[in-house]
Amino acid sequence: MMEQAIATYREEAAELLAELETSLLELEEHPQDDDLINRVFRAMHTIKGSGAMFGFDDIARFTHEVETVFDLVRNGKLFVTRQLLDLTLQARDQISAMLDASAGGPPADQATGQGIIDGLQLLVPHSGGAAPAEKEPARQEQPKGEVCQRTYRIRFRPEPQIMLGGTNPITLLNELRGLGQCEIVTHLDAIPLLTDLTPEHCHFYWDIIITTCHDLNAIQDVFIFVEDDCDLKIDLINDTCDTTSATDANYKNLGEILVERGDLSPVEMQKILSLQKRFGELLVAQGVVSSSKVEAALVEQQQVRQARQQQANQDTALSIRVPAERLDHLVNLVGELVTVQAHLSQIASEKDDGDIVTIAEIVERLISELRDTTLTMRMLPIGSTFSKFKRLVRDLSTELGKEIDLETSGAETELDKTVIEKLNDPLVHLIRNSIDHGIELPEVRQAAGKAAKGTVHLGAEHSGDSVLVTIRDDGAGLNKEAIRAKAIERGLISAAAELSDKEIYNLIFAPGFSTAKTVTSVSGRGVGMDVVKKAIEALRGTIDIASTPGHGSVITLKIPLTLAIIETLLVRIADSYFVLPLAMVEECVELTTSDVAASHGRNLAQVRGAMIPYVSLREQFGMTSNQPEIQQIVIAGVNGMRVGFVVDDVVGEHQTVIKSLGKLYRDLQGISGATILGDGTVALILDPSMLVRGVEQMEQQRSE
Amino acid sequence: MSVSSITETVQYLTFKLDEEIFALDVAKVREILEYNSVTKVPQTPEFMRGVINLRGSVVPVIDLRLKFGMSATEQTVNTCIIVVEVAIEEETSILGALADSVQEVIEMEPDQIEPPPHIGTRLNTKFIKGMGKHEDNFIIILDIDKVFSEGDLAAVIQQSDTAE
Repeated sequence: MMEQAIATYREEAAELLAELETSLLELEEHPQDDDLINRVFRAMHTIKGSGAMFGFDDIARFTHEVETVFDLVRNGKLFVTRQLLDLTLQARDQISAMLDASAGGPPADQATGQGIIDGLQLLVPHSGGAAPAEKEPARQEQPKGEVCQRTYRIRFRPEPQIMLGGTNPITLLNELRGLGQCEIVTHLDAIPLLTDLTPEHCHFYWDIIITTCHDLNAIQDVFIFVEDDCDLKIDLINDTCDTTSATDANYKNLGEILVERGDLSPVEMQKILSLQKRFGELLVAQGVVSSSKVEAALVEQQQVRQARQQQANQDTALSIRVPAERLDHLVNLVGELVTVQAHLSQIASEKDDGDIVTIAEIVERLISELRDTTLTMRMLPIGSTFSKFKRLVRDLSTELGKEIDLETSGAETELDKTVIEKLNDPLVHLIRNSIDHGIELPEVRQAAGKAAKGTVHLGAEHSGDSVLVTIRDDGAGLNKEAIRAKAIERGLISAAAELSDKEIYNLIFAPGFSTAKTVTSVSGRGVGMDVVKKAIEALRGTIDIASTPGHGSVITLKIPLTLAIIETLLVRIADSYFVLPLAMVEECVELTTSDVAASHGRNLAQVRGAMIPYVSLREQFGMTSNQPEIQQIVIAGVNGMRVGFVVDDVVGEHQTVIKSLGKLYRDLQGISGATILGDGTVALILDPSMLVRGVEQMEQQRSE
Repeated sequence: MSVSSITETVQYLTFKLDEEIFALDVAKVREILEYNSVTKVPQTPEFMRGVINLRGSVVPVIDLRLKFGMSATEQTVNTCIIVVEVAIEEETSILGALADSVQEVIEMEPDQIEPPPHIGTRLNTKFIKGMGKHEDNFIIILDIDKVFSEGDLAAVIQQSDTAE
């Protein structure tokens, strides 16, 4: 039980730390934003509070120090500065390190922690904070002399089991007392008969009227750890700062107060009130107001109430948390279902029974809808990774003495969770490269007539069944000559080779390639780009580079939306079935034996005047059976090139649930997985770009 | 003399490859399937017969006879696929092993089992856990994890590459 709670705390703390980081970085851009300051404060408060609860005392102690400083910020006694943010970000890392240490990682460095705290202490003004108040006049909007007094009504009704979790409601009430003038009424009506009473349960609930100069946050903070275990209702019922509300001494009717507190149901109040004449009717009867005016007032009342009601409903049902593995399991099940459905459709078409065909069609439609819904459930906005890169850019540019802004767009673009996770490392490499190789030093930029501050733009957008992720920088661009020279030096190309710009750019993805003259801690070891390419290909994505010297470069990653189920083209060779990703397939044409004879043994076909090289899969896979008179060429776009794959027969489109072939087959080139067909047999998923690469290597070896 | 790694009475599944009897720890065996169509994966060594659909999972099938230097398994009514759990690089993988026929499950005491002789088995001795004696028959008890160990498979793939 406790282990589970600790695991949950770790998970939550990690999320809070991520949120903390995002908020801090946003705060850097909007230092005056109270909302952000509150978010930072609350995140730390929760980390501290639940940390202490689950025995992470060191984390609680450390976070407390940082929180104290941010409390000053929250109260307007201290202002957000770059220095403060730097320290707080370091503090975030320290907390993260402490969390890792508690999970069995290397111990966090105590000295670093102390250094951060000392640094923070230095920022705290010693004499009441009058000086900073003058520095930032925008802060002085709140009247200082006349302190706002707000009155809140709180209904605190804990679950009966609350004390089993180690929470004592009395301490919470005492904490409230500390905030201001406080009237507490204890309700005893929920106490059962002695025979039914469970002494470990809490049978009380309380009404608290508190008048305080603190805001709602402070009150909510008191209940922060019991929020889920109690009915808590906090209403602002009086605000001396709010000049729009009535300032006369009259207060609401007794009936209204009781209804607002929920002690008297509106129905009952209506019943009682109907004993006397209704207020509106009285008005009309007295001739003070016309009946239509009363009607109008009632309509207004109803309208506002409905609007508020809807708002409340929306707030409560926005999202639920589901463990990722359950979703994965669901996706697997849907995958099975798609396979079974293919079988059902096949049997239905064989049986030729109208009823079964109809049912099969309905099932097919439902399953495809179910599949789409399930897959979208795993979709996450890519923005969560984007915010991580802000930190990366900030730290790296400082380290390298460059001034760089990270702009992002399309953060709301959704991608499969696993895809996003796997995209993280390649993106880190690419952004590091842009910062290190792309963006020049400020002096160099100014000399070239550009703004001293460089920009790295990270964008995402949908494009069909893929997502395009672009990394654009306004730096120096790729140096074609340098790449070429390096490639010749490394023996990747011959000195005489004539290459298009694109081919030259693609050389940087070759293993062990790096043009950086010196190795920095950031990049230059030449391990980056080929790893990036491999990772993107593992996601069945493609990578493309464009560059203008002096103006920067754009790297575009095209990533499929999901890894679980793809649209494919089913083909047959002898009695084996294969599928090709439909997104890559451009067209299918016939290849007759006379065509083959006419090309003098070269694997080239003429399609509408264009020469298309092709790969005979039968030959490539060493399948010895006789080839038919007429074969089919499936033409696919591979790395910007059109390549044909010769098969016996094209069967048709197929919904492919991707299955791994497992460890034994992981070194296979050109086959990326397997899928199960409607009749239960296994078809192999072909990877066109790897097939082409395999053929290239083979031909190279042959020619050497 | 007994095998130090075998100290308890263990149940073994026995099966035949050609006329020889082999055995596997039943704890490693998941199920036994009838031999059905196997999809050959191109560009793989001969003994890797291909993959089958096991209730929605794709499972590789290995021809043990080829692996042990005998002739390829011919399909008969008795041909079976023994589905085993194998630890490859500390992860459990599911694999199918072709057998000419499956015999029975027997119990063997540690003292019935002897270490494999260094010569005479025509088999790589690291695949063998021990030699059991049961009703006057010698039974070769396989160390299935070693048979399917990854490095070994990779080595075989290289061999077949150079042979081409």
